Amino acid sequence: MAGNTPRVGVLALQGAFREHVQALERLGTTAIEVRTPAELAGLDGLMLPGGESTTMDLLLDSSGLREPITAVVADGLPVFGTCAGLILLATDLEDGTEGQRTLRALDVTALRNGYGRQVASFEAAVELTGDDTPMVGIFIRAPRITRVGEGVEVLASIGDEPVAVRSGSIMAATFHPELAHDDRLHARFLERVTTHS
Amino acid sequence: MTLRAFGQNACNDVFDEVNGMSEQGTMGVKSGLAEMLKGGVIMDVVNAEQAKIAEDAGACAVMALERVPADIRADGGVARMSDPEMIIGIQEAVSIPVMAKARIGHFVEAQILQSLEVDYIDESEVLTPADEAHHIDKSKFTIPFVCGATNLGEALRRIGEGAAMIRSKGEAGTGDVVEAVRHIRGILGEIKRLHGMDPDEVYARAKELHAPLDLVQYCAREGRLPVVLFTAGGVATPADCALMMQLGADGVFVGSGIFKSGDPAKRARACVEATTHFRDPAKLAEVSKNLGEAMVGRSAKSIPEDELFAGRGW
Repeated sequence: MAGNTPRVGVLALQGAFREHVQALERLGTTAIEVRTPAELAGLDGLMLPGGESTTMDLLLDSSGLREPITAVVADGLPVFGTCAGLILLATDLEDGTEGQRTLRALDVTALRNGYGRQVASFEAAVELTGDDTPMVGIFIRAPRITRVGEGVEVLASIGDEPVAVRSGSIMAATFHPELAHDDRLHARFLERVTTHS
Repeated sequence: MTLRAFGQNACNDVFDEVNGMSEQGTMGVKSGLAEMLKGGVIMDVVNAEQAKIAEDAGACAVMALERVPADIRADGGVARMSDPEMIIGIQEAVSIPVMAKARIGHFVEAQILQSLEVDYIDESEVLTPADEAHHIDKSKFTIPFVCGATNLGEALRRIGEGAAMIRSKGEAGTGDVVEAVRHIRGILGEIKRLHGMDPDEVYARAKELHAPLDLVQYCAREGRLPVVLFTAGGVATPADCALMMQLGADGVFVGSGIFKSGDPAKRARACVEATTHFRDPAKLAEVSKNLGEAMVGRSAKSIPEDELFAGRGW
């Protein structure tokens, strides 16, 4: 960690990365927008934002970020992905486009657009484990977690449906805490970040 | 409200049972999709094949329409909502969001597009307006709307009617970026001026802008629009995309510029990369190489006043 303030990267190829930068800054970290391999240097954590997963998949290659991100994630860098970010982390993908690849870092199966088109996008109360106050979950053409691998802990759910999970240093949510300005999941992510270095 | 079932959605019932409060069509959900499109390129496509090319090139969404604006301009006549069959063909071909256009004020075309479950409706000046006095009451719809604007007052009137995303109009179908630049500078410049004003000056400015006071106050307080602001109308090259991003747009619509060019797949991909790496001139130079012919284009100034699209709507 550089100094006392953790430096957390936010993948800024496409999507709602600005809102994650703002959430991380509210929590007292230094947020770095990441578009090139050089910007990955010296990070204590990495956020993968929501956006269009097929667009990000293509830009991961053209920016030269796929190999270095795969390497830092394998190295144990704490990562938190939301929506498309969860898709990027999943080991298995249903309904991906032909040839769509993921980082295969989190042992779950993600179903793209799991609830349907935009007409089915919704807001709902999400229950957090170990917290009595639910949070507002905004689900935008959201993926669904259709399989949770062994050793993957459920952090948030709607009924029986897991909507946020963690496995080791990897965290992911199918919804957008950054749009609801509720920083509790970001704070849980940062617990891992500050203990990492 | 209950969640509508799509495919294997047994657990939607669970949602309702546990929460009783899942809600669709909220402003958070409508503007949320626009937030996810930011930093991306939305491309006009006229068939499933073009939609696939756009998706493979990294488009974050496609706009399904029968004729690109350059052809609408060339053909003349009345331009209307596209054939639902064509829109469905595009929805089946790609997994990214599919948008479609309704005529200004034509709320029945919008109802039809909503029943097709398009992801966004563009109430667009590129089509021939159906109502000279009233825009669609967009707050009544579950599907979000994007609307064009040439200035801040127009943008805020559309948001007041329920638009969840704004695009500066530019002049569609020209390949001439000058109007897009004028409109994005106009909208963002006015917001900057508001941001520096005393609160008591904002009331008078709201009156001059013919815009809802609460939305003008929002812009003055936050220094930004309450919704995502894309740009459109004449953007034809990767450099144009990066120009609009550096001027402060959240993302870019490229209409005729891609599929009226020599090598659409390559140009589409170059526009996507330019929109991401918009502050990196070396990268922009690299993606701008060997793109083949750009659309021929037509200077916006050469178009007679009564043939301009941007003047439609108010």
